[in-house]
Amino acid sequence: MDIEPAARPDIFREVEHFSGAEAVERPIPAWERLWNMGWLRKAVIIAALCGAWQAYGVWSDNSLLFPSFTDTIEAFTDNLVNGVLPARAWVSIKVLLIGYAVGAGLATLLSVLAITTRLGNDFLETLTSMFNPLPAIALLPLALLWFGLGSGSLVFVLVHSVLWVVALNMHAGFMGVSSTLRMVGRNYGLSSLSYVLKILVPAAFPSILTGLKIGWAFAWRTLIAAELVFGVSSGKGGLGWFIFENKNQLEIPSVFAGLLCVIIIGLAMENLVFRWIERRTVRRWGMQH
Amino acid sequence: MDKRRQSLGDCAKMMGWMMSEPLLDVRGVTLQYKTSERVVTATHRVSFSVLQGDRFVLLGPSGCGKSSLLKAVGGYIKPIEGDISLRGQHISGPGPDRMMVFQEFDQLLPWKTVADNVVFPLLASGRMRKAEAVGRARHYIDKVGLSKFADSYPHTLSGGMKQRVAIARGMAMEPEILLMDEPFAALDALTRRTMQDELLRLWDDTKFTVLFVTHSINEAIRIGTRILLLSPHPGQVRAEVNSSTEPLRQMELESQINTLLFA
Repeated sequence: MDIEPAARPDIFREVEHFSGAEAVERPIPAWERLWNMGWLRKAVIIAALCGAWQAYGVWSDNSLLFPSFTDTIEAFTDNLVNGVLPARAWVSIKVLLIGYAVGAGLATLLSVLAITTRLGNDFLETLTSMFNPLPAIALLPLALLWFGLGSGSLVFVLVHSVLWVVALNMHAGFMGVSSTLRMVGRNYGLSSLSYVLKILVPAAFPSILTGLKIGWAFAWRTLIAAELVFGVSSGKGGLGWFIFENKNQLEIPSVFAGLLCVIIIGLAMENLVFRWIERRTVRRWGMQH
Repeated sequence: MDKRRQSLGDCAKMMGWMMSEPLLDVRGVTLQYKTSERVVTATHRVSFSVLQGDRFVLLGPSGCGKSSLLKAVGGYIKPIEGDISLRGQHISGPGPDRMMVFQEFDQLLPWKTVADNVVFPLLASGRMRKAEAVGRARHYIDKVGLSKFADSYPHTLSGGMKQRVAIARGMAMEPEILLMDEPFAALDALTRRTMQDELLRLWDDTKFTVLFVTHSINEAIRIGTRILLLSPHPGQVRAEVNSSTEPLRQMELESQINTLLFA
C-alpha cells in the first residue's frame, strides 16, 4: 500500500527580464475606461427609460392620460421659465429642510441617550417599535388640529417620518462599533460627550449615513403626500400642491412636470449631496467600497 | 508656600518611586467575569510588580487570564479582590498614562490618517498644543519607519504596518507603562519576527516600561526581561523568572517553561 513518490531532481531557472513597461502593464482601452464611469452608465439607463417613455407616449397618443416625454419637458420648461415650478419647489424644500433637520437632531439626541444609559435604550426601543410603523400621513389630521393649516403641521409630520428611521439606524450603528475601538476611545480618557462625537459617530458613520438617506426619502414622500392632502399653506403651495392643482385643471403634462421635478430633486440629492459626503467620508476611510 | 513644600514632597516621593519602589504593583488580584449563566474566575490572587524600564511579559496558555489581567491594569476591569496601583496610585479606570496596544488591526481610527491617529490622543488628553503634537507624532512615526505613509489612511496599510502605527501611537504618549495585548499574534511568522526585533530596537532607544501579553514561549523569551508564568483555569502565578539574551540560557529557559506548563 505504501507508494513512495518518484524521486525528482532539483530545478533552477533563470527568470526572463522584461525590458519595456509595455510587456508588464498596458493601458485600458478608451471605451472600457468610459464604461467604468458610473455616471455615464446611469445616464445611459436614464436615456433608455426616457426613450421608452417617449415611445409609449407617442404610441398611445393620449396626452390626457399619458403625455409623452417631449410634452412633459415642454410643460416643465414652461413652468421653469415662468418661475412657478422653482417657487413651488423652494416652498417644499424649505419646509423639508426644517423638518429634516429637527428630526435628525432629535434622532441624534435619542440615540446618544440610548447608547449612554440603559433606560434610554429601552425608551428608544419602545418608541421606535411603537411609532416607526405608524405612517406619517395618518398623523396629519391630528397635526392639522394641533398646528392648524400651516407649515407647522407639515414640519410635525416630517419630523415623525424622519426621526424613527434615523434613530434606528444611528443606534444600530453605535451598537456595532467594535469593542476594540471603544476601548481605544476610553484609553484616551475622553469625556463622554467627546467620546460620542469623536469615536462613536465617525465609527458608526456608514449606518448613520444610511439612516439619513432613508430619512431623506421618507421626508420627501411624506411632504409631497401631505401637500396633496391639504395643499396650500398660508397662501403658498409646494410641489404637491402644484401637482394637485394641475390635475384639477387637467393639465396632465404639468402634473408629469411636477412629478419629474420631484424625481430630479431626489436624483440630485442622492447623486450630488449624499455621494459627495460618501466620497469624503466612508469611502476615503475604507469603510465602504 | 505650604503648597510648594507639599509639591516638593510629592516630587521627592516620586523620585522614591522611581528609584526603588515598583512602578506597577499588582497585589492579590482576583478577576471574575459574568456570562449570562455563570460567573467565571479568570485569575486567582495574582501578584507581581513591574519596575521602571522592565519588559515584563505575562505568559500562559489561553484561559490563564493574562489578557484579563492586562485589561485590569488598563482600568477596563475592576478586580473583585486585591489592588492594582501605578506609582502608588490606585487604578480606577482607563487613562492615557497606560496606553494600550491591542491585537486587533481595527484599533486605529479608520477616519484618521496615520499621522492624525498618532496626534489625536496627544490632543484629546489635553497634553499639548497642535504644533507640538504634530512634531512629536512625526518623530515617533519616523521611529517605526512609516514616515512615507504618514498621510495614508489605515485601510491602505498591511497588518504589520497598522501594528507599527499603534505602537507609535502608544509610544508618542510617553505613558508610564505601555500595555501590549498580543500585538503580533495576528501577524505572519516573518513579520512577527521583524516586529519583535523592531520593538527591542525601540526599547534600546527610549527604555520605556512595557507590560506584554503573549502565549508564545519563544516570543516571551525574546521580548521579555522578566516573565510571569501563569497556569490556566483560573489563572494563578506558576513562576516569575528572568529572561536572558544568551542563546544557551534561552534554550534552557524554554524547556524549563515547557516543563512548568505541561508537567
